[in-house]
Amino acid sequence: MTATVVTITSGKGGVGKTTTTANLAVALAMGGRKVVCIDGDIGLRNLDVILGLENRIVYDLVDVVEGRCRLRQAMIRDKRLPELYLIPAAQTRDKSALSPSDMVRLCDDLRADFDWILIDSPAGIERGFRNAVAPADMVVVITNPEVSAVRDADRIIGLIEAEEKGPARLVLNRLNPVLVKRGDMLTADDVLELLAIELLGIIPEDENVVISSNRGMPVALDGKTKAAEAFHNIARRLNGETVPLLDLEAKEDLFKRLVRIMRPGGN
Amino acid sequence: MLGEQRQKMQIKGIKDGLLVTLGEGEWSELEEALIARVEEQAGFFQGARMALDVGNHVLRAVEMGALRDKLSSKGISLWAVISNSQVTEQTALMLGLATRISTPRPERVVRPLETTLTGENAVFVQRTLRSGYKVAHNGHVVVLGDVNPGAEVIAGGNIIIWGRLRGVVHAGADGDESAVVCALDMAPTQLRIARLVATSPNQSGGWDKKVEPEIARIENGQLVSEPWYPKK
Repeated sequence: MTATVVTITSGKGGVGKTTTTANLAVALAMGGRKVVCIDGDIGLRNLDVILGLENRIVYDLVDVVEGRCRLRQAMIRDKRLPELYLIPAAQTRDKSALSPSDMVRLCDDLRADFDWILIDSPAGIERGFRNAVAPADMVVVITNPEVSAVRDADRIIGLIEAEEKGPARLVLNRLNPVLVKRGDMLTADDVLELLAIELLGIIPEDENVVISSNRGMPVALDGKTKAAEAFHNIARRLNGETVPLLDLEAKEDLFKRLVRIMRPGGN
Repeated sequence: MLGEQRQKMQIKGIKDGLLVTLGEGEWSELEEALIARVEEQAGFFQGARMALDVGNHVLRAVEMGALRDKLSSKGISLWAVISNSQVTEQTALMLGLATRISTPRPERVVRPLETTLTGENAVFVQRTLRSGYKVAHNGHVVVLGDVNPGAEVIAGGNIIIWGRLRGVVHAGADGDESAVVCALDMAPTQLRIARLVATSPNQSGGWDKKVEPEIARIENGQLVSEPWYPKK
């Protein structure tokens, strides 16, 4: 096997990069793929917390790069899903500890043993972002249907193009169908009209996400909530399947549902 | 000596040869001066066609004929004698000389109408400008694509956006108040021409706004934007 390296980035902070990385990794592993995720946020590490693996950190990414341990020693295997591994970030250092070429070398060492390498990029456009994007075969941009998030996403997509890692693919996170229906939130079309890149998936606002994060249990493990379903769909799309977008309409009367059935094609 | 000569006659090149205009004075003296002049500049006069303007002088056949012969022996052919005197005119006609010279015809060379234009200096960008991208040029700028919020276009001349203008533009950046900004969808975060700055009108009702090409310019000291009608 030769892994595909996917970097998950956004520009703006707090839009759901880490949550998406964790849940996507879980969904891919649950589908039988061998996955390693790397936390690129040196100094502000979170991926370990979301995955519920922070108690098991002995060595981290910077230890590997600086030669204090072997690569395999820093990899934490998830007990719930044996196909899932994590290389955590260092918390006592910062983003200057790594260089883009360090990341490229690291991923080259991992490629032969995995199907997917997911890199959780930090927010921003500086060193951390550039380190995370350097080894990428594919870049996924996360954004929220919210003006400042979209502004930053546009910026980061431009930088991804400048790094010649484009075109990026978009995940629209925390879409609230109720607000959209009221006209108080940007629609997916509004966002795509500005960003003009391929849509990989839409994840609806779901309180279960926060609840699960606090427990170190990514929602995708459960698979029953809307958000979990969305993550699994994205994983399937990454594996090459054509999966129609989830129906996120808050309420739908019978007539609309009939019309939808009669008109061919997905959303 | 030369000065005196100059007073007695004037020589001018015309389309049909030379026109010698004789001044006032005794005819014999004038004739002498003319011959002397011809002899002096033999090379110049050799083979010339000469028209003679004798003004008020009255010349009879003998005088005119003699002059013609003398000039002929110097290689000059006298073909016209112009005068104000009727007698002289009659004499000339009798001798077969012309009494008028044609007025110089206008230039026959017709220059072709200049319909090949060279235009002005401009830079052409064929892509959408994402947030953070910037184009700066001291001539005109044309963008084939959108200008997203957070992108900037700065030009010394005009700015033409063949797409949605949603970023910041500054036309006439060096102070040219005649600069304009055109866009297919004019919705800039900020629009500047020379020293004036303006922002788009309130967009809250803007989702239904009819999108049409617009042109923004300075009119009466204010920035105005109006729909683009090619006739204007």
